[in-house]
Amino acid sequence: MIKVKINGQEQNWDGDPDLPLLWFLRDEAGLTGTKYGCGQALCGSCTVIIDKQAVRACITSVSDVVGRDVTTIEGLHPTGDHPVQKAWRQLNVPQCGYCQTGQIMQGAALLMDNPKPSHDQIREAMAGNICRCGCYQRIENAVHLASTGV
Amino acid sequence: MNILTNPKKLRGFERHLKVENVSRRSILKGLGIAGGFALAAPVMSRPAFAAYETGASKMPHGTVVDPRVFVSIAPDGIVTIVGHRAEMGTGVRTSLPLIVAEEMEADWSRVRVQQAPGNEAKYGNQDTDGSRSTRHYLMPMRQIGASARSMLEAAAAKRWGVPATEVKARNHEVVHAASGRKLGFGELAADAAKESVPGIEGLKLKDPKDFRYLGKGQIGIVDLRDITVGKAHYGADIRLPGMKYAVIARPPVTGGKVKSFDATEAMKVSGVEKVLEVKGWPWPSKFQPLGGVAVIARNTGAAIKGRDALKIVWDDGANGKYDSVAYRASLEEAARKPGLVVRKEGDADAALKSADMVITGEYYVPHLAHVSMEPPVAVADVKGDKCEIWAPVQSAGGTREDVAKTLGIPEANVTVNVTLLGGGFGRKSKCDFAIEAALLSKELGAPVKVQWTREDDVRNGFLHTVSLERIEAGLDKSGKVIAWRHRSVAPTIASTFAAGAKHEAPFELGMGLIDNPFEIANLQCENPEAAAHTRIGWFRAVSNIPRAFAVQSMVAEIASATKRDPKDMLLELIGSPRLVNLSSVKDPWNYGEPYSSYPIDTARLRKVVELVADKGGWGRSVPKGHGLGIAVHRSFVSYIATIVEVAIDGKGKLTVPRVDTAIDCGTYVNPERIESQIEGAAIMGLSLAKYGEITFKDGKVQQGNFDDFPVIRMDESPLVTHVYIVPPGPDTPPSGVGEPGVPPFAPALINAIFAATGKRIRSLPIGKQLEA
Ligand code: FES
Ligand code: FES
Repeated sequence: MIKVKINGQEQNWDGDPDLPLLWFLRDEAGLTGTKYGCGQALCGSCTVIIDKQAVRACITSVSDVVGRDVTTIEGLHPTGDHPVQKAWRQLNVPQCGYCQTGQIMQGAALLMDNPKPSHDQIREAMAGNICRCGCYQRIENAVHLASTGV
Repeated sequence: MNILTNPKKLRGFERHLKVENVSRRSILKGLGIAGGFALAAPVMSRPAFAAYETGASKMPHGTVVDPRVFVSIAPDGIVTIVGHRAEMGTGVRTSLPLIVAEEMEADWSRVRVQQAPGNEAKYGNQDTDGSRSTRHYLMPMRQIGASARSMLEAAAAKRWGVPATEVKARNHEVVHAASGRKLGFGELAADAAKESVPGIEGLKLKDPKDFRYLGKGQIGIVDLRDITVGKAHYGADIRLPGMKYAVIARPPVTGGKVKSFDATEAMKVSGVEKVLEVKGWPWPSKFQPLGGVAVIARNTGAAIKGRDALKIVWDDGANGKYDSVAYRASLEEAARKPGLVVRKEGDADAALKSADMVITGEYYVPHLAHVSMEPPVAVADVKGDKCEIWAPVQSAGGTREDVAKTLGIPEANVTVNVTLLGGGFGRKSKCDFAIEAALLSKELGAPVKVQWTREDDVRNGFLHTVSLERIEAGLDKSGKVIAWRHRSVAPTIASTFAAGAKHEAPFELGMGLIDNPFEIANLQCENPEAAAHTRIGWFRAVSNIPRAFAVQSMVAEIASATKRDPKDMLLELIGSPRLVNLSSVKDPWNYGEPYSSYPIDTARLRKVVELVADKGGWGRSVPKGHGLGIAVHRSFVSYIATIVEVAIDGKGKLTVPRVDTAIDCGTYVNPERIESQIEGAAIMGLSLAKYGEITFKDGKVQQGNFDDFPVIRMDESPLVTHVYIVPPGPDTPPSGVGEPGVPPFAPALINAIFAATGKRIRSLPIGKQLEA
């Protein structure tokens, strides 16, 4: 039996300890805000925050997160009003929206690390997150907006 | 849309939402019927009426103009409007209900949107592709809203005992100006439901100058909040009690099948519950599944791990030798010989022979995969002779039909719940993944989710075709183009429906080949044969991608050969403002639209070129290593021109500092979503131009994920994309937005690369061609 802490809540897992955290979150814990896009750390759709760092849940096993704090999009802010989330809504960022939770988590992690990133730093930090709809211009602007106060 | 407080700091926002000089005028659980009142009235047939004719009536099941189907009002005043098309990122789930709200004078903050299940008899055509939603539904949605408004007004007038002409709906209430009395929509709902539905002929539509929402662009999409907090539900997010998770190993070669398999190791994987063979259909079979071996598990991760442990021997079948290198050579060979003539004006052969100069270009575009961010996925629950599906499908009605047929049950027994689509791009027009889920649920007697992995998506999809476009342009002494022969060779989408189809269908020929708008005396289009060896499908903008690439590259090639400005050359070829005469074409297709409403209007084509040249600073001086390229293309009956500024460094690394696009899509609903579509189209265009290539060897796709089929990421996306929307004339019918932005991008980029480096790229993707 493995115990993990997701969004401040203890959860038990009695299955394969190597199960990718992504599928534990989505299929076992019912936290479907974290998305599958590639399974190979290539797209960032599955981004969660672990100990203030953006982490790809698809290549992290459940056993890797024992004793660490996992935050998913559902736990980013109690009312969904994290500055990044607010900036996202202000700029109408999403198209299909599927990549957006991963983008928001990546953006939030970036601002924890660097509260005032330049445009170039944003472009670099967000480059691991693919948006097939192509919302990059707005994502870049929204992260910038969040960093300057919505 | 909130307007920013400090727009200067944000790239691209300095002009955001500035529409060119406008010179003219949380989802409810149920349909509000429980506890509320659907607007109900005696049934009467409502012939489709439109101020302008569209192709909507020719689509399966046409349009339904009936407020009782689309609108309901609860006693508390909440208005629920049905969105019957699929939301894949274009904003249609917001835009169409917004049109209804506009006409019925509903206050958008008190409107909820309800997604319709697949039922075309009830809602009209639901096949969300071809950039058709707004152009087919702007008028029907206005009529629905106007009907609802007049029923509310009639109910209020009766209540007050005054003539209906004295009352007016305004912002969610009906007002009697003379007496100052007011009644809210909620208070009127029950009475309004008893009113008869007015005939379309007598409907009074709002004067566009009174529009509060249409054409304004201040409205965020209805799913905006849910998306940002992780509560938006895509197909992959559906969870049912007792649901099993499945992944399927499908034949690596199109038309292949399972010879034998060994599940011993797979069954040892923790969480795997069952391994079974699933039925496949012989190729081609429209959208039927490929078959293979399914692994059933308690979660997706276990199913994937189980599948990795399967040992399968495949019978590759007839396509086992498909090889992209050899196939390209065969396309080139075919393009160098005469083919089926599909448009002919004058005598191109003779004119090419007598020309003073002939410029020939062969342009290649390989197969492309859609890679929507959400790979195909579906949940099905089959119980006895009933089936319920939850899936991100572009065509809910078509899915219902195909699932019913496959299971051998009546369509009425199949419910297709349409989730949000995590991208579609044409892939999700094919419902094979929903059929797979239905077959497995039937077999297992439990709800099943079938998840495609990214590798499945890349290797077992319905790819964009592979094409060779050969253009010969003949010029006279003065440099005027007197002859144009365009041969287009590509396996056809029709081959996915019928074995042996070798010529492109009218809907493919009509995407940038036979609809060539140039004013050239001797013009001939040909379509030599090409056989398909994999499943070919619609990909955002379809054949327009290779055609615009070829035609718009050739324009710049001619400009360069004759030392003219590419934009001037383009305008010269487009020629005089006129409606292009397509009488020499047997089936001009025209995106399914009547030519009377949607002719090829070269004045509009010229206008977007001139607009983008003006706003986008055509001819401006750029730093060394930079270049500007321009391209224009009409597709999905819209007109779009793009200027790309490219920068190439000493090592051949390409970046895009700026993109400018002008679009004329006629009358429009939500300019903010038009901008987002165009911004996205630039990135999809850059992806396919720079990287997009699926290749086959021994019948198998050689790519699998974003490492070997890369798409553009933020660090290489255009620094800024500007969008200019042409204000429509008072009666300009609406036209497509979702797809038309893609085709002009690649040629504008390629022309910019030529301007920057003198290097002419005729084969996509660019790949390492600039590094040499
Ligand atoms: S799903 Fe994890 S990075 Fe793509
Ligand atoms: S919004 Fe669709 S993938 Fe990013």
